[in-house]
Amino acid sequence: MSETNTFILDDQEIPFTPGQSVMQAALTAGVFIPHLCYHPEFRPHGSCKLCTVKINGRPATSCTTPAAHGMEVESNTPEILDKRRTLLQMLLVEGNHFCPSCEKSGFCKLQALGYELGVMTPRFNLMYPTRPVDASHPDVLLDFNRCILCELCIRASTEVDGKFVFALSGRGIKKHLVVNAESGRLADTNFSLTDKAAQVCPVGVILPKRKGFAVPYGERHFDDAPISTHVDEFKPVMPGQGGRS
Amino acid sequence: MKNSDAINVVLKRHGNDGTRLMQILRETQEALGWLSPATLTAIAAGVKWPRSRVESTAGFYSFFHTEPLGRYRVLWSDNITDRMLGNMDLMQAMCEKLWLEPGRVSADGLVSVDTTSCTGMCDQGPAILVNYRAITHMTMERIEQMVELIHNQTPIEKWPVEWFVIEDNIRRADILLTNAMPPGEALRISFARGAADEVETSFSERSWHESMQASDIGASATLDEIKKSALRGRGGAGFTTGLKWEACHNAPGRTRYVVCNADEGEPGTFKDRVLLTRQPDLILEGMTVAAYIIGASKGFVYLRGEYRYLLEPLNAVLAKRRQLGLLGENILGREGFNFDIEVHLGAGAYVCGEESALIESLEGKRGVPRNRPPYPVTNGFLNQPTVVNNVETFASAALIAAKGGDWYRSFGSARSTGTKILSVSGDCERPGIYEYPFGVTVRQVLEECGAHNTQAVQVSGPSGICLNRDEFDRRIAFGDVPTAGAFMIFGQQRDIFEVVRNFVHFFAHESCGFCTPCRVGTTLLKNLVDKIADGNGTRTDIDEIFHLNRLLQTTAHCGLGHTACNPLLYTLEKFRPAYERRLKLLKFVPAFDLDAALSQARQMTGRDDAGAHLETHSEIAQ
Ligand SMILES: Cc1cc2nc3c(=O)[nH]c(=O)nc-3n(C[C@H](O)[C@H](O)[C@H](O)COP(=O)(O)O)c2cc1C
Ligand code: SF4
Ligand code: SF4
Ligand code: FES
Ligand code: FES
Repeated sequence: MSETNTFILDDQEIPFTPGQSVMQAALTAGVFIPHLCYHPEFRPHGSCKLCTVKINGRPATSCTTPAAHGMEVESNTPEILDKRRTLLQMLLVEGNHFCPSCEKSGFCKLQALGYELGVMTPRFNLMYPTRPVDASHPDVLLDFNRCILCELCIRASTEVDGKFVFALSGRGIKKHLVVNAESGRLADTNFSLTDKAAQVCPVGVILPKRKGFAVPYGERHFDDAPISTHVDEFKPVMPGQGGRS
Repeated sequence: MKNSDAINVVLKRHGNDGTRLMQILRETQEALGWLSPATLTAIAAGVKWPRSRVESTAGFYSFFHTEPLGRYRVLWSDNITDRMLGNMDLMQAMCEKLWLEPGRVSADGLVSVDTTSCTGMCDQGPAILVNYRAITHMTMERIEQMVELIHNQTPIEKWPVEWFVIEDNIRRADILLTNAMPPGEALRISFARGAADEVETSFSERSWHESMQASDIGASATLDEIKKSALRGRGGAGFTTGLKWEACHNAPGRTRYVVCNADEGEPGTFKDRVLLTRQPDLILEGMTVAAYIIGASKGFVYLRGEYRYLLEPLNAVLAKRRQLGLLGENILGREGFNFDIEVHLGAGAYVCGEESALIESLEGKRGVPRNRPPYPVTNGFLNQPTVVNNVETFASAALIAAKGGDWYRSFGSARSTGTKILSVSGDCERPGIYEYPFGVTVRQVLEECGAHNTQAVQVSGPSGICLNRDEFDRRIAFGDVPTAGAFMIFGQQRDIFEVVRNFVHFFAHESCGFCTPCRVGTTLLKNLVDKIADGNGTRTDIDEIFHLNRLLQTTAHCGLGHTACNPLLYTLEKFRPAYERRLKLLKFVPAFDLDAALSQARQMTGRDDAGAHLETHSEIAQ
């Protein structure tokens, strides 16, 4: 590895292997960049925009931008942090997020990033969308109220499970998740709790049944320390930008 | 015919090819009226795609319905120019006569009435689509007749033919619109450019492959003419056409594609419609020249669903060109030059005008812009090198191929060569199509179309720029006021705030929903603007607009999100009183109206006295 492969991220020199994204290189080096639709095992998606940084003065998503030598990347600046906070607030008002009654609370990346970035209010008016839950499946509950449309479950079901259980329908603010059945019910798909798609939701949509509150509040995953200190969990498992394909 | 038979006919016509899903869905819907859950299952089985993916595509486009919407589907074009011509009152009247609410289906399931984004008939509005066939010049009289026809269940084919007449309204024609070249001329001249050198190369010792390329001196010489002409894309971004074609030619790939962007979704734009009507050969010839230069074997015209009525005429022109040897195998006798073109219809999604979203749509998917790079020139349709250009760009390129780059440069200005077709609408005596050499002033256009007392001109649609009276000496050119073609005029009597509100609603409706800032942000903007319209806006709300703009401009995924705040920004700067008039003096008023929320309780208890009301917004303001 030649030592010429480095870029600057907020005054810190970050090494990278060619083909890595800015995000992958940063996480590998132990520097956390907030993200929701990025997942170490999947190709970058570039939709949540939470990982937005400035590269040589121009905004870009760090999960989709290949690292290049000599780049100057800004991430932890007041301007960018403000944008990330607003994006989180947008996601919070777009769905119905009532964390105190959410099974995922404490394990939820949206919530953890809210704490990390100091989101104290929803800022905008809540949109209160009507999103019915799907409790048809014997083992899994789908609570669409919390869906942030990161498409991780879609990618997992398509690329790993080979089942195509989830997909998006609708457009714009009416975009929503659908399942692969004429009835529209999860019970009528071949979904299983052991699917990869059952493990990847960053928020509290895809929940196993009969397993409520097994870990008490206060002892949950992100309760101990901010999500940024969990950086090791997000390190890329695949070399290069690739992810699964 | 049974439903399953109808579906199978369509599937068979498209070889059960999933990438043709858009056409399969549209043709099935034309046959069956709507896309039921069972229909989607059958189509999915037919193309061997997961059902979820078929539903995903069907759910994205406004013109596909997965719910029954009546045998007659009436859609009112809702551009601001239609509004200025009174479309809302007419729609209301129509609904009353039909006993239904906008957006609802009549109780007998016969008819539904709703609005749709600009249908590109702004010079002859108010316009509607009935079962996706365009009707213009709506009047009260027409509504009365139409309601009769609907009640009597008269098939649309039997409606008065004059309703379906679309006018071209060409008011000023220049090199494009006066073109009278015989079909094939530009191709013949392009081929001839290489003739002299060809002999030479055939004697050289190059490999077969190299000599094949070398024998296309005509292609590279024609590319040189395109480059020399300095032609820039007419679809909005203004990228240099010659460079795009060269990059595509040089990109490695199995096959290459030429795509004509006829999505023309920007409200207020209708010049591509007229070009497609009056100069289809010139456009198709431009595409064929492009194919010759880059080495493509297949082309598509992506035609917006609103222009469904142009499908048959375009297919007729394509058939004619095949007969003349201008499409198909060995074009004009040129061994190995095989290229054909097909028209694909969109289905009501503005974002599909964005080139990578357009390609996704061509592949049968949701029209979501891709992550770029890579760009279509290297990774386009089916991941192969693809050139995407606007209708007007191809037409101009055909002229250049025939007459040369120097000739073309003699029109327009040094940096903006050639001509530009403007779609003029709004407050003027002669709305329609005006082709000018680049560099014309806004004032000259206003004078020639008969606009008086003009307050503002919106150039290039909602995502473009709003000019006020002090700016009418500016010029239509890439360096000054660039435009994709829209030129909407607002007289002194118009409320600019209502114009902006219409545009903001447009963006919220058309956001594809892929990225957070645009998906949520365009709806937040819509809510803010509606709050101001309701008289509850405050300074804080204006600040929030600027804040959202900074976010969308920097973090949105595509041009739609980047420009969605433009109408607000330009008018907040230039027409501030239109906002101030509506603002409360307060710093903050919540959008959630507590008193309004109690209206149901009042209704139930039959009370409406002062005690049944909270302090109202207006009282707080005092
Ligand atoms: C939201 C959006 C809508 C667009 N709509 C159109 C359109 O309707 N027609 C068009 O030619 N270009 C449209 N474009 C621009 C295309 O992406 C692309 O730049 C253009 O087709 C390239 O052709 P040109 O170089 O000939 O202009 C749109 C871009 C965006 C971001
Ligand atoms: S269900 Fe979860 S994983 Fe799937 S799109 Fe929604 S938030 Fe993402
Ligand atoms: S900016 Fe808007 S239209 Fe463009 S990708 Fe994002 S959501 Fe879709
Ligand atoms: S993590 Fe990069 S856009 Fe979502
Ligand atoms: S706490 Fe985040 S979705 Fe439940």
